[in-house]
Parts: sequence; C-alpha cells; structure tokens
Amino acid sequence: MTASPAAALPAQGAKTRINDFSIQVATVNGSGSQTANTVLLRAIFQMGVFVSGKNLFPSNIAGLPTWFTIRASAKGYVARKASNEMLILMNPETAKDDIAKADTGALVIYDEPLQLDKLRSDLACIPVPFQKLVTASCPEPKLHKLVKNMIYVGVASRVLGVDMAEVKKAIAKQLKGKDKAIELNQNAAMAGYDWAMENLPDQDQVRVVRDNKTQGLIIVDGNEACALGALFAGCTVVGWYPITPASTLVETFIEYAQEYRIDPKTGKSTVAIVQMEDELASAGVVLAAGWAGARSMTSTSGPGVSLMSEFIGLGYYVEAPGVFYNVARTGPSTGLPTRTQQSDIELCAKCSHGDTQHINLYPGNMEECFQFSYDAFDLAERFQTPIFVVTDLDLGMQNWSSKPFDYPAKPYDRGKVLNQQQLAEAEDWGRYKDVDGDGIPYRSLPGTPGGKGAYFTRGSGHNAYAQYSEKPEDYLAVVDRLKRKYETAKTYVPKPLFRNLGSDKGLLAFGSSNPAAIEAQDLLAEGGLKTDYLRLRALPFTAEVDTFVQEKQVVYLVEQNRDGQMANLFRETYPEFATKFKSVLHYDGHAIDAKFIVDQITAFEQK
Amino acid sequence: MTTPTPSAPANKLGFTKQDYVGSKSTLCAGCGHDAITAQIINAAYESNIEGYRVAKFSGIGCSSKTPAYFINQGWGFNSVHGRMPSMATGASLANRQLINIGVSGDGDSMSIGTGQFVHAVRRNVAMIYIIEDNGVYGLTKGQFSATADKGSSLKSGAVNELPPIDPCTLAIELGCGFVARCFSGNPKQLGAILKAAFAYQGTVVLDIISPCVTFNNHDASTRSYKHVKDHDFPLHDLGFIQYSEVEDVDIAAGETELVTFPDGSKVAIKAIHEDYDPRDRYGAMKAIHESMEKGEFLTGLLYINPTQPPLPDLLNLVDEPLASLDETLLKPSPAVLEDIMKALM
Ligand SMILES: Cc1ncc(C[n+]2csc(CCOP(=O)(O)OP(=O)(O)O)c2C)c(N)n1
Ligand code: SF4
Ligand SMILES: [Mg+2]
Repeated sequence: MTASPAAALPAQGAKTRINDFSIQVATVNGSGSQTANTVLLRAIFQMGVFVSGKNLFPSNIAGLPTWFTIRASAKGYVARKASNEMLILMNPETAKDDIAKADTGALVIYDEPLQLDKLRSDLACIPVPFQKLVTASCPEPKLHKLVKNMIYVGVASRVLGVDMAEVKKAIAKQLKGKDKAIELNQNAAMAGYDWAMENLPDQDQVRVVRDNKTQGLIIVDGNEACALGALFAGCTVVGWYPITPASTLVETFIEYAQEYRIDPKTGKSTVAIVQMEDELASAGVVLAAGWAGARSMTSTSGPGVSLMSEFIGLGYYVEAPGVFYNVARTGPSTGLPTRTQQSDIELCAKCSHGDTQHINLYPGNMEECFQFSYDAFDLAERFQTPIFVVTDLDLGMQNWSSKPFDYPAKPYDRGKVLNQQQLAEAEDWGRYKDVDGDGIPYRSLPGTPGGKGAYFTRGSGHNAYAQYSEKPEDYLAVVDRLKRKYETAKTYVPKPLFRNLGSDKGLLAFGSSNPAAIEAQDLLAEGGLKTDYLRLRALPFTAEVDTFVQEKQVVYLVEQNRDGQMANLFRETYPEFATKFKSVLHYDGHAIDAKFIVDQITAFEQK
Repeated sequence: MTTPTPSAPANKLGFTKQDYVGSKSTLCAGCGHDAITAQIINAAYESNIEGYRVAKFSGIGCSSKTPAYFINQGWGFNSVHGRMPSMATGASLANRQLINIGVSGDGDSMSIGTGQFVHAVRRNVAMIYIIEDNGVYGLTKGQFSATADKGSSLKSGAVNELPPIDPCTLAIELGCGFVARCFSGNPKQLGAILKAAFAYQGTVVLDIISPCVTFNNHDASTRSYKHVKDHDFPLHDLGFIQYSEVEDVDIAAGETELVTFPDGSKVAIKAIHEDYDPRDRYGAMKAIHESMEKGEFLTGLLYINPTQPPLPDLLNLVDEPLASLDETLLKPSPAVLEDIMKALM
C-alpha cells in the first residue's frame, strides 16, 4: 500500500456503517485531548446520533498513554464495543501497538511522520501533516499541543461527515465563557477540516448521518447524576476523602451546593462538606451526623470501603443512617485505580466483622444514579442503617446519553423519629424496641428538649432500652430483629426490571453490565438463543428475584469480577438452586462488551 | 427532672446535681476516671448546662465507658476505638446547638486515634476533648500507651524506652485555643477548668492525669497517685465566672489576670508560677517542655486564645441545626432541575 491518502481509502460501494461505529483516540494523558474528544462526542450527539464515550486513562497526571472511545449506535447500544472502525493515533509511544491491534479495514488517522502505513496493508491509512497545520493555524507555540488535538477533530469530522457547525457549537459549549479559547479551538478544528476537504476523498465506510435520536437528551456521567440525586435528596452533611474514581461525585456536589444550597435569607450554607483526614473519619462523620438527624453521605471506592468497614458494622449494629457511595475500581489493593470492575459486591453486601447485612443499590444507568441517590437517603433514614450505592468507574466517570431526570416529587421519608411531643406521650419507649413488627425501632434525636428520649448508643451489647447487656437473650433479640429489618427492606428497595423474550433460560446482570447485557441478549436472540433478562437493582433480593431463580432452568449471571461475587450471594441465598447459576465473568479492567457475553454463553450452551 | 429532696439545692435551671448523674460506674474502685466523672457532673450542674443539649462521645477503653456515667439527660455515643473525634465532628455539624463532650483515653487518642485527634483539633470542632490519661491501656489489662514516660515501668517490670507523646504541646502546636492539663486528684482545679471549658466555643483539649489503680499505680510508675501528687506543679489558682455572674462578682485587682470569652464569661487566673502567661503560645511550649525535662507535671490552663471561629462558622453554616432543616429549604425546585438538565443537553 502506498502512502497516498486517496489510495488508502476504500473502494466505493463497500457496506457503509451509518451511525454505527466506534472510534478510538490514542493520546497522551494531560495533553488536553479530553476536551477535543468531548467535542467530537458532543458534535455527533448534536447530529441526533446516540453516542457514549469511554475514557481509558492511566493512573498518572501527565505523560502516560490514554485512549478515548466514542461509540455511535443507531440502535441505542451504549456498551463498550471491542472492535473499532476508526482510530486516531496521536501518541507516538503507542502508535505501533495500536496499529498492530487495529481491526482489518479500519480508518486510521495519524501524524504523517509516524509512517504507520508501512506497518499494515489492510488498513485505510490517513496520514495528516499535523505540525504544518498547527503552525499555520496558531501563532502561539505554547498552545500548539492543545490545538493539535482540535485539528484531529476537524479531520475526523470531515471523514465521518460531521457538520462543522455542530463542532463549533460543541466547542463553544465545552469552553463556555472563555471566548479566546473558543475562537482558537474553532479555528484549529476548521484548519483540520479544510485540509481534509482538500486532500481526502469521500469515504463510505463509516458515516454520521443526521438523525433525531438525541432530541432532548442529556450527556452526563454517573458521578454527576449521583451528586444531583444527593442534592435533591437534601443531603446536609458530607465527610469525604479523595479517591479515583469517586472524587468527582463530591466535587460536583460541592459545585452544585455552592449554587443551590445557600439559604436565600442569610446567604449561609445549608450543607456542611468537610474533606476529612481519611475514610475512617469520613465514615465517622457520616454516621454521627446521621445519628444526630442530618442526611449524610460520603463517596469512596474499594480501598476506602475497606478502611470504613469497622464503622459500617457500628452503623449497622447501633442503627445509624448514612449513605455510602462506592464508585468501584479494579482491585484488589490499589489494583488498577483508573479501570473499572464490579468487584466490591461481597464487600459491600456484608461489610464489617460479625454478622452484617446491608442494603445495596445498583443503579444501571444515569437516571437511576439520580433516582437511587434520592431514594438512598430515604432508605437510610427509614431503616436507620448505612446504605451502599454501588456504581463503578464505568458508570461514574464515563459520558452517557440519558433522558433528562424526572423531578423527584415524592416527599422525603425521614423515618421513625419521635419528636418532643411524641416522646412525652410515648409509653415505655425503648430505642431498640420493635413496636411495629417490621424490625424497625423508633429513634430520638440528640438535642430534643423536654427531658425524654435521651439514650446511650453503644457498639457493645445492648438491650431494647439501649442499656449495656451481655445477656444472650438481649443479644439475640437485637441481632434477630436486625435480620427482620433486612427482610422488611425487601418491600422497599427497587425491584428488578425484566426484558423477557419468553424463555426458560435466564440472563442476569446489574449496574454497569446492563448495557452490554441488553445488547448481548439481542445478539443471542438473533442467533436463535432467546433469554429472559432480569436486571438486579438492589440487595436484599426481592420476591421477583425469588420467582425468577425458581422458574429459570439456568441463569447466566454476568458480572465484572473474577470470583463471581454476585453469583456467590445467589448461591448462598438460594442453595437449592445453586447449580443453576453460570457465571459470565469479565474482569480485565475494561468495561464489559456484548460480544464477550455472547461468546461465553454460546460456549456454555454448546457444552 | 427528678423531684428534688427538700434539702437538695438546685441550679438556675432548677436542676439538682442528681439530674446530671448517669448510670452507676463499673470501673475499679479508686480509678481516676471516676473522679473526673464526678467533676464533669459538678461542673455541668454549676454551669447550668441544659442536659438535653449535651452529646457525649467516646472511643473504646475504660475511660471511654465513662460518658454513660454522667448527664443521663444527654445523648451518648460510645463508638469505636480511636474514632471519637470524627463522631463529634459529624454530630456537631448536624446540630450546631449541641454541647459536645468527648471522652477518650491516652491509648484511644495518642495511638490508634492520633490522626483523628490531630485533625479535630485542627478544625476547631466545637467540643470538650477530655483525655483521661493513665499512661496505660486499662481495658486491655495494662500495656504501655504512647503517653507513658520514658523510664516508667509496668507492674510486670517492663520498662518504657520510647519518648512520650504529649497531647498538650501537640494541641498547642495544632492551633488549639484552650489547652489544659489537670490531675484527677485535684478536684478544685479540674472543676474550674471544666466550667471554663463549657463556656468555650471550639475545641478544648484537657489532658487529665488519671491514675489506673489496677495497672499503673505502683512505685515505679510516673502516673501513680503518689508520684503525680508529688510532682504536680499547679501554675495558678483558677476561677471561672459565667457571663451571667460577671456583674455580681468582685474580682480582686492586682495579681489576678482575666481572660474574657466571646460570650462575656471570664477566667480569672492568679499566678503561682511566676511569669506564666497562658496567652503566650511560645512561652507555654517552652514552660511545658522544661517542666517535662524536670519530671514535673505542670497543671492548669496552659494556653488560652478564645478568638478562633469554631468549625460551623468556618463552613458558614446556617444558625439552625442542619438536622432540622425542612425539605422546602433543602430540595431545589423543579425549575432548578430543568435548568441543570438544559445545561447538560
Ligand atoms: C480496633 C480495636 N483494636 C483494639 C481494641 C482493644 N482495645 C480496647 S481498649 C484499648 C486501649 C484503651 O486504652 P486507653 O484509651 O488508654 O483507655 P483506658 O482503658 O486506659 O482508659 C484497646 C487496645 C479495640 N477495641 N478495637
Ligand atoms: S483498669 Fe485501670 S483504667 Fe480501667 S477501670 Fe480499672 S483502674 Fe480504671
Ligand atoms: Mg489509658
């Protein structure tokens, strides 16, 4: 193959992929490519095409390689797709590797001097003289690195048929308020586009064609969606400690709080946010604030949950509310801090020593990140216990298209709290008495006047009146009631959702595995294997989950960890059906993709 | 309120001292911690503290059990080992009207919980932070703690070779505005300091030497009753005048210094130790270090600077407790959500 770009482009008449492709952009971390990639993603989105973006970044501030993938899907699939139809290779360090992994026929945009066309002949190579274009379009050498990225946006837009008006609009949105930067970047994108117009012929391998799929949709990441949920839920105390990929949840919350949680009358804040010295202290703040009647939360990831676990057990046993986000990453230990996994399932289900069981929520999309956050504060106060909202890096930090969030009109449920008058009227009140038979006792809040309702909270053995006790019957009364309380939660937590094609074969996934599971279900059906899909959304398992497990002959359980942690919970809960569960396990740190699921299930079926 | 016996006097709120007690102590007879509990009860009574506003926090240890033994009208939280400060931080933010008393031990605060101690002090969390300091881990049966003096020995004969951590100099270093050291065997001094502590807004650090009669009261211990009595060096005679009493009290002029709190209360300091000015941070550090080298326990108000804003003010929180804010104030309107959604489109 020659280096001529014209010759590199495929012959006319090949089957065109319209609004159905993936682009991978390889750059260097810290080079400002994130802005360029978001602009390209947004421009396609503004053309009415369903897109999702995934940033595969290193645990490093600047200098290490990073890859950004944009997937467009006319059918609305948003999971990662393992194959890419277009590559933009801007990182000389990884270019050779990237090109070696490229899928046959892919369009490859790269910096001319890299001479990648010499390495493979089965790709459509598009060398671009970036240096020349940069120098021409930007007088300031300091800004060349940034501008270079915007040039590939222009080139790619031309190759794909993205309207430059949308690119300019996306730049203006992305750099809102910084007029000079907007102009500079728009010029750079235009320079790339103009060059490509002059030098590249039309190609019909992959095209963006205007559609109406994204009318009225938003682009958001899960951490922001969770932060908004907490904002509307009236969270009043936050104790946190920075950790990837959980930090931006609180950081976004802070930004919104500065605007929307200021008392108009006094100009003072209605939320206390404190960056603590570690996750232990964060957990202490959350539980004590919850105990004192605030709506409290923290956001952390696996290592933080490990540190918090002694406190989580305290919260469970003394019955103090609090919302704990675990935006999971790849473990164990420090693991791959910037990669995704669903590997804290068992940790959060049973966090802490002794017999403990926790309510866990597993949002599977952006709307649920918002809504479940809102619900988590209600559940924490209703059940007087730590609530885990378990997401992961994929949900939390990646860009997702979503319907705008519905306003959470449901009034807050502040749970069973007795006020001064109720305490005065209560006969023989006991902090840990099960008055209603649902396992949930009535609590009082510190600072309630009237001389009634004070009690002593302790993580050591206590009786129904919160008095110290080592008596077996007192101990049993408390821990057995806690179990009843967990039973009650089954009627409060989000029920699973179904996507049934009419089959006795079950497919089960949760959280960020949902998009790939849906796509896999369709692909399997196209290949003749129908499944009924249950998307789990919470612990404890509800009655609908019981029925599903009972009725299905086999349950393919998809999750992103090595040990089948959710499958373990299922086998433990349903020992009589233990052999029904077949695990589809993806755990290399990349988000799971549909093909992986299809291949694994197909292999099971062929056994 | 219990019905007062005809003879029991009541404070300004109409409460008798009995109204400030807690459950019966389960500590060893003669434990210094019980003497501290008695002074807390006394000071709360005399300071006219509203029991329902009191929130008591502790970690784990014999010392950490004591919040159950005073002010039953208040709420208590006996948490996990070394983490009392974060509990007090969370609750004090949820409800800034609470009067927070944290009780900890030298093990609880100077080993497992050093980090939390340091950061709570740094943040000026509104609380009285009491370290009941016996130089050992009482509850786990007598191991050395990090405040044990170099050369001090255990009953078993084991000698501590490591330098002690001093909570008071550490607190001063961290910017604490109220630092005192007391001896559980000197109720008069402890009582005055506790009353001043109740009037202070921000972190009060009280390191109270509190002998463990079971594991650290032998002759070779530097925290036995006898040793501390012999080496206690009171800095001054302290008086505390609550703001409500300021008008009526006649303060002797001359040798008595007055430190005024933001609420108008005053601490009257009559120096015994010459030239000791508790408002001089560097001087305080120097005096404490020198006394430690001589094997003395300098007791009294070591450092005072009642001008620093407590954490809720630093965070510019509304005056009302966050815990009692209403949904109408907390939940943004549908129009706000719509705006936010538009910005994300
Ligand atoms: C995480 C944890 N580790 C160890 C213990 C055991 N433990 C209980 S109390 C204590 C030491 C208490 O010493 P101190 O704070 O000085 O209290 P004292 O009993 O001397 O008053 C230890 C180590 C525990 N409860 N939790
Ligand atoms: S062991 Fe020591 S510290 Fe504990 S109660 Fe007995 S005397 Fe007090
Ligand atoms: Mg001790």
